[in-house]
This record gives sequence, structure tokens and C-alpha cells, in this order.
Amino acid sequence: MKIHEYQARDLLAKAGIPVPAARVVDTADQAAKAFEENGFPLQVVKAQVFAGGRGKAGFVKLVKSAAEARAAADFMLTNRMISVQTGPDGIAVKKILIAGAVDIAHEYYLGFVLDRDRSTVSMIASAEGGVEIETIAHERPEAIIKEPLHPALGMQSFQARRTALALGFSGKQGNIVADILLKLARFFIDYDCSIAEINPLVLTKDGKILAIDAKVNFDDNALFRHPDVLALKDDAETDALEIRAAAANLNYIKLDGDIACLVNGAGLAMATMDVIELHGGKPANFLDVGGGVKAEGAIEAFRIILSDKKVRGILVNIFGGIARCDLIAEALIQAGREVGFKVPVVVRLEGTNVEKAREILAAAQPELPTLQVAGDLNDAAKKIVSATR
Amino acid sequence: MSILVNKNTRVICQGITGSGGGAFHTKGCLDYGTKMVGGTSPGKGGTKDTNGLPVFDTVDQAVRATGADATMIFVPPPFAADAICEAAAAGIKLIVAITEGIPVLDMVKAKKFLADFGDSVRLVGPNCPGVITPGECKIGIMPGYIHTPAQKGKRSVGIVSRSGTLTYEAVWQTSELGWSQSTCVGIGGDPVKGMDFIDVLALFQADPLTDAIVMIGEIGGAAEEAAAAYVKKNVTKPVIGFIAGRTAPPGKRMGHAGAIISGGEGTAESKISVMREAGIRVADSPADIGKSLRESTGG
Repeated sequence: MKIHEYQARDLLAKAGIPVPAARVVDTADQAAKAFEENGFPLQVVKAQVFAGGRGKAGFVKLVKSAAEARAAADFMLTNRMISVQTGPDGIAVKKILIAGAVDIAHEYYLGFVLDRDRSTVSMIASAEGGVEIETIAHERPEAIIKEPLHPALGMQSFQARRTALALGFSGKQGNIVADILLKLARFFIDYDCSIAEINPLVLTKDGKILAIDAKVNFDDNALFRHPDVLALKDDAETDALEIRAAAANLNYIKLDGDIACLVNGAGLAMATMDVIELHGGKPANFLDVGGGVKAEGAIEAFRIILSDKKVRGILVNIFGGIARCDLIAEALIQAGREVGFKVPVVVRLEGTNVEKAREILAAAQPELPTLQVAGDLNDAAKKIVSATR
Repeated sequence: MSILVNKNTRVICQGITGSGGGAFHTKGCLDYGTKMVGGTSPGKGGTKDTNGLPVFDTVDQAVRATGADATMIFVPPPFAADAICEAAAAGIKLIVAITEGIPVLDMVKAKKFLADFGDSVRLVGPNCPGVITPGECKIGIMPGYIHTPAQKGKRSVGIVSRSGTLTYEAVWQTSELGWSQSTCVGIGGDPVKGMDFIDVLALFQADPLTDAIVMIGEIGGAAEEAAAAYVKKNVTKPVIGFIAGRTAPPGKRMGHAGAIISGGEGTAESKISVMREAGIRVADSPADIGKSLRESTGG
């Protein structure tokens, strides 16, 4: 689960990390007012969106007056932000953060992330902050400092001290940076984060150390024990169909293509998307209906798929293990009756009672003329691609 | 021979009475011929589950009473990591954690706890379909009947996979081609897990019954890359592969918690190319896994 910069700043500030105060507004007028209330001569106006690339897209602006703040906010709230991460349609901006600008002497990167290779959380730090950490990692790996955390003990003081030193801090500043690292580590663990990064942590020209941007994501699997975090959820950038699918316990992700798929099992669902593309088609979605495909689930799945106007064909791929293919076939037919298969539907079933299922589908064909039954997955992909050409 | 489980393995089910499917899948294992000997459900000790198996409050009690050496965990996510630790502490040798949705940091800690037991404990999963040695022992949710037990005149393939139903595809295809499966190990879809590809590949390489190996991976992490390097140096048997998620967009969790391309890493393409460089025959289509096995082994 993602949260916005302003929410992350808030949480980190509560955790004792030095974050400059900021105001969050949703209109241009409020932005002007916030500028006055902040009281700094130079301030920064930042669009609050999940996607990165804000700076390059013109959605982070330095302003010198209330009027400039109003203009910047107005621009951001009325234009969709388009960056490498948003896709060509861009995203709408609903909230703006406005804070005093700081006089930056140097930018650093501090972050904690799950380290899959080591099966623990690792700290990543660099004296080259302000850019994407992946870029530094690829171009200058020697500029990266890594500290794996002990799975039970978390970050230890000596690790924080030696990191601060490696970043070039000493004395009082070294203590401050070490303290920030320990607090960020503790925050990560206490809140079940998947990523918690401060980029950049700045050293100001007058020697202050401040976190002026923060990104925090949470482990979806742990949200059940963080109701306060769940309350911060913002679905504004989530596709409406994905929200609807989640409510129906369907794992659905919208993609760009026109051949939809409905599959049981995440790995098989990905493989089904892949095989569609292998045969010249473009998948419209990822959809894992899970273990027991029942009529209501199938009906809602089809409704969701068919709500995507781009969909011109559907590939159903179900491997019935515990689930019985004949019951699945009946569920599909019922869905077809209820929703209406106006586009070609290719069904490939395998597993328990598959012969019976094929008979059931064959019998329903007159009623559902766009329905085809396929043999193996290659056959299924070929059929749906050709039916939607 | 096979690996991890055989006809002598004695299995309990932790979470046997809960809503997670414990009793239902215990029945599936019993029907297959697995020696399911009991289960645990805190507070329900002294009762019997719907299959008539004894239920205990703790794994200690279950092990002492039944001599169980393996466990199948259906405990719900908030308590599942603790259940894994409890099993290790009670002397269980093989822990198969089916549960999906365990908080990642819980698994980080559980894995560390298990490390203290060294080689005497093995964890498979979590978020996995389980382990099966066809004809002998099934610990998990996979459909037993699609598997072919090892027998004279049939070559045997070992399968290791991060997926569930995609694995069944591979089993089905290889069975159709006249192969048996020595053991199928679902290592699961989570980012922090027990046995990974390398661990299972090592066992298959050493197993006299396994003639070839199929490894099924997906986007996210670098386990397949590490496995490819291991295969290049240590595995002499033919290895066939498939990687799901060529068409997955970056940054999105594709169902499995571990199936996510982040920071440009963990793409299907990079895994496939590293695997091919290591001499692994990677099928382009999921429908061609069996075909690749046949081509790799001359029929």
C-alpha cells in the first residue's frame, strides 16, 4: 500500500525524524493562503501523487510569493501530470504540499527496503542523493552503502554510526544522522513497511539536517494489524475496475491490451498473459480468480472484464485441481447467460472432470455462439488472437 | 527415492480445525495415501477433527503422541509465522507452510529462528501448494491424480516451482508425455521463504530417481538467476525452465507477494537470458514445458 509524501512526512516526523513543517491544500486559493502562513520568502510547491518524475514534469515548483504559489497550484490541479511513470494519459493531482524551501548544501539518500537475497531488511545509503537510487546503483555502485539488519535485533547503533561516518558526517552532525537512521529503521519495522526512504536528506548551508522528501510503502500482508495505516489509503490513482475487483476478492490488474483473461492461480494467470502475447495478441488484464471458481465470482469477473471498453475477446484458462471443471463450465455458462458474451470467448479447461466439462460447453454453444473450446494453451491463444483480429 | 517426503513421512496439520481449509485438505492428503496422523488447534486439544484424527493444543503434544516428523500449516496469516517456529521447536523435520498472506517481516524473523536448527529443519513455503512424491506422500493442496508415480520403464522428472496451478500444467504435460514425477516442490510465491530453487536443485541432483528437472519461476527477486549460476556449476542433469510474467508491468504485485518487478530488477527477460546462458532450456510458451523436456532428453 502506498501513501503520499505529505502522509509519509507526517509519520516520519511523529517518529522523531527532522522533517520541515508543511501545509497541504487542495485549491489554488488555499495555496496562496498557505504561502502567507508559512512565512518563508522562498517556498516549494509539490504535487502529491504516487507516481515519480514530478520534478521533470513541472509538478515541483519553487515560488517567491503567494501569487506564484497560487499560479503553481492552479497549474498542478488543473493539468494531468505526465511522466515516465504515469503513462500517456497522466494522472490528476488532488492535493498540493507547500513548504519552506531549504538552502541545500548537499543531498543524501537514506532508505530501508526488503533485501530478498538476504531475507532481511537492508539499509541503503548514499552521499549522492536527490536522484533515483537505482540510477546510482547501476552507474556508481561504489557510492552505495549497504547495511543488512539483523532479522531480530534490527538496526544496531554501531551500524548507524559507521554509516554516518561513511556519508561524511562527524561530530554532532554524525550523531544526528545516526539517530535518524535508527529512527527510520525502527519505523520501518514497527509499521511493517516494504520501503521507507528519505530522498533527499539534506545538509543545509547553515548546517541543519532535514528530510525534505519521503516515500513510504507498506506490506499489504500486514495491513490487518495497522488500521491507522489502512485509514491513510488513497484510491484516487487506482483504476476503478481494480477497486471493484478487490471488493469481490478477485485479483485484477488492468493492462493496455484488448484480450482479457480469466485464470485460476497467479503464476498461471501471468503465463496466460504471456502466451497471448507470444501469439501476437495483447493482454488486457491480469485476473486470478483464486481457488474455487463459483458462478457469482465468474459473473462478477466477466462483468469487470467486459467493463473495460478495450476488451475485444476473452481467454478463460482454468486448471481444475481441487476445483471441478464441470462446475466451472456451468459457472461460465451461467455468467454468459447473465452478462452476455458479445465478444469471442475461448475456454480452455484442464483437470478434474474435464471431459464432462467439454460436453457441457459443447451443448451450450448454440446459446453462446461466440464461445469456443480450446485444447492446450497454445491452441487457446491462437484461437482468441485470431477471433479478435 | 525422491526427495523430502516418502511413504514413511508422518504428517500433522497445524490449523486443522480452522477456516483456512486444514481439515478439507487433510482429507485430500489422507485420500491420496499420506500418513496424516493428527493436527493442532490451540484450545481444541482432546477433540477429533472431521476426519477423525486426534487434535492437540500444541505441536509438542502432537509430536509426542503421533511421532509426526512433518507438518502442513493452514494457520491464518496473523499466527502462521509463529506456527512455523513452533513446529521447528517441537522437532518437526519438514515444515510445509501453505498459508498465503503472512506479513513479510514475520517471515524474516521466523527464517532466522529456523536457522538456529540448521539442517535438521526444512521449510517449504509459505504461500505454496506443498510437496508431493507421487504414489507415496502428498503434503498440500495439489490434485494428486494428475501426478504419475515413479515406475520401471518411465523416466522421472523433478519439478520445483514458485507457482501452484502453473506447476500442475507442467505435471500434466510431463505425465502426458509418459514421464513420472519423482517429487514436485512448490516453493511458493512469497519474497521471503524457506527452501529456494538452489536448495531443491541440490536435492534433485543428488536423487538417483530424478532424471531431469523442471524449474518454474516468475518475475521478482533474483532466485532464478542464482539458481542458474548454481546449475551451471553443480547440476549435470537436464534442466528445463519456464518464467511467467514476460508481460507483467513493472512495480505491480502480480498476485504473489514476491511477483513484483522493482527498481528495474526481477524481469522475466533477465531471468530467461541468465538461465539460457547456464544451459537451461527455457520454454517460451507455458504449453511447451513438456515439449522442452522431451527435446532436452531425446524423447
